[in-house]
Amino acid sequence: MNAPTSIFTPIADLQLDDVSFEHRGQSLLAPTSLTLSGCRRTVIMGPNGAGKSLLMRLAHGLLTPTSGRLYWQGPTPVQAMVFQQPVLLRRSALDNLTYVLGIHKVPRAQRKARAYQALDTFGLTSLAHRPARVLSGGEQQRLALARAWLLNPDVLFLDEATSALDPAAIKAVEDAVMAFHASGTRIVMTTHDLHQAKRLADDVVFLHNGQLREHSPTETFFSAPRSSEGRAFIQGELVW
Amino acid sequence: MKKTAIVTSASLLILAWGGLALADNDYITLASTTSTENSGLFEAIIPQFTDKTDIDVRVVAVGTGQAFETARRGDADSLLVHDTAGEEQFVADGYATERQNVMYNDFVIVGPSDDPAGIEDSDSIDDAMQRIAESQSPFASRGDDSGTHRAELRLWESAGIEADGDWYRELGSGMGPTLNTAAGMDAYSFTDRATWVAFENPQDLTLLYEGDEALFNQYGSLLISEEQHPHLKHDLAEQWHEWLLSDEGQAAIADYEVDGQQLFFPNAD
Amino acid sequence: MPASDNAFLTALQLILHMDGDLFSIVSLSLQVSLVAVALAALAGLPLGAALALWRFPGRNAVIIALNALMGLPPVVAGLCVYLLLSRAGPLGEWGLLFSPTAMVVAQWVLVLPIIASLTRQQVEALHGEYAEQLQSLGLSTARMMPTLLWDARIGLVTVMLAGFGRASAEVGAVMIVGGNIEGVTRVMTTSIVLETSKGNLPMALGLGIILLALVTLINAMAHLMGETAKRRLG
Repeated sequence: MNAPTSIFTPIADLQLDDVSFEHRGQSLLAPTSLTLSGCRRTVIMGPNGAGKSLLMRLAHGLLTPTSGRLYWQGPTPVQAMVFQQPVLLRRSALDNLTYVLGIHKVPRAQRKARAYQALDTFGLTSLAHRPARVLSGGEQQRLALARAWLLNPDVLFLDEATSALDPAAIKAVEDAVMAFHASGTRIVMTTHDLHQAKRLADDVVFLHNGQLREHSPTETFFSAPRSSEGRAFIQGELVW
Repeated sequence: MKKTAIVTSASLLILAWGGLALADNDYITLASTTSTENSGLFEAIIPQFTDKTDIDVRVVAVGTGQAFETARRGDADSLLVHDTAGEEQFVADGYATERQNVMYNDFVIVGPSDDPAGIEDSDSIDDAMQRIAESQSPFASRGDDSGTHRAELRLWESAGIEADGDWYRELGSGMGPTLNTAAGMDAYSFTDRATWVAFENPQDLTLLYEGDEALFNQYGSLLISEEQHPHLKHDLAEQWHEWLLSDEGQAAIADYEVDGQQLFFPNAD
Repeated sequence: MPASDNAFLTALQLILHMDGDLFSIVSLSLQVSLVAVALAALAGLPLGAALALWRFPGRNAVIIALNALMGLPPVVAGLCVYLLLSRAGPLGEWGLLFSPTAMVVAQWVLVLPIIASLTRQQVEALHGEYAEQLQSLGLSTARMMPTLLWDARIGLVTVMLAGFGRASAEVGAVMIVGGNIEGVTRVMTTSIVLETSKGNLPMALGLGIILLALVTLINAMAHLMGETAKRRLG
């Protein structure tokens, strides 16, 4: 993999100023201010319906805020996102990867070699010519990560990327997340797995009922949460 | 796989398209009536004309009304129909420059073999039409403003009958479909002899009345006005027109037989 | 041509003694309908995909119109094309009336709404599934189109078949604009009408059986291709 440019130039901070989101007159995210900076691993947590995925989609630019300002303090970084249900195209694993390289105008002659490299990195080489849609859930998620890897993202978003997987597959995804981070990628992920959050997170953003309750370093959040909902959540009293 | 699929479909398309764009000989488009087409006359005489002149004749067989309309719009090079009054009007309106008698056949009345109206021994066509109307026997009419339909209407008029009521069924169909329907509902019908002789689905229908002079069915060939439609193939169309009227064309018409019966009688002046 | 009172026997005889006339009728039918469907796909696939992907004023009106046109009576389509191509009509100069090209145009008019409308449904459904991922990869709406069309390909084969079915089965349009000229514009369906009007019902039905067999064959091939692809691609 090419060295990410982010090692040499710092990744721009993502700034949210009073960002809110409404759908059909219903407020799904109350005005929220938040800064995501550095090469950190931020985990967004909260019970079901708290607005975790929504916040992530706003941050990634898939949705536009109803009000407030959301901007990068500097050049917009390269971003990628891995979804809970990976959306893979109806073609082979290899072609799913060369497709992305094509979109990003990588010269045709280089595409295959780089795709194979990514497959190798994620242990998928033997599946290169299998149709992506018939791979197992874990293999599909690894392929989605390989696809993100090819983009050399400065920021990687993961939305419940392990919630449908078995323990071995979860381990593989977590290893991949570590690898991304080690190569200088900022990680923003949602999970409802407290242990995973403890293992991976540098800081935790906690949402409840569409409201940001706290943004704390992981250690602080798990030892002395500032919000009462956060306390209830880590004690397992709030339904996920 | 994607490439193969694209190349395959592209070459298929080119092949199919190429097939459509066959090189054409000289040809004219002739608007004529279903009765002449269905009788098989054209299949017999056109090859003789083509052998001689290398001109192909493409027949668009429709009802007389539609044939006039096709020619009026400039979509046919030549016109061969059987509605003398309409043809003369067509010339008078300036759409054609010349009309000539080519041949005639005759109309007949067919009906169920038990002949419920008893028309078989009628004295005249007027008498036969009156017997059908009086007995209220089902009668299947073309009802499509064709030459045959117009001729039928003239006969009701001359017999002094208002053709109306449950028994009188206007079908709005060509000659063949009308005979199919008449056979299906045991109705009388008015048809040209050529279509009748060549018709293969008579079921219980049989020929019941023929021979009155009023049943005479004259065909005419028209030369379409060059002034109205300069783009048409007038030279070729004129060759066809002249050939129909020539001894050779007239003989070809006389020679055409189905089941040993001559169907058309040449009568060019 | 051979004739018998039994339509199936007639059909069999027609096939066994395949003569030049029948062959040219069958191949013209296939050519006209395949070209019409291919050209309708060329316009209908992007049109349907565009309707699925873009929101614009009047979009619903276009969708409703296309859905309604799926039921356009072939005779009406034929009449419109006739008036268009007639010497007295706006495109009369081209001299296309009573030619196979005119038949292609008429069938194109009939097939286009089917392909565009059904393509829109297919692409819209797939877009619901793919939109976020493709947007995340940085694709503009315009660049999503080819990806979505290609990934919907299995469903789109069925769409094309629906179009082909309509084209090969209709008679009203090709009768009017083709004129049923022997050896030039006579196809399966117009032959069936002609034989029926001659009262030669076994022959008409025999031709109908051949037409049905051909359409069945093409559908079977497409179905098998689709099933294989579905198994392979998931």
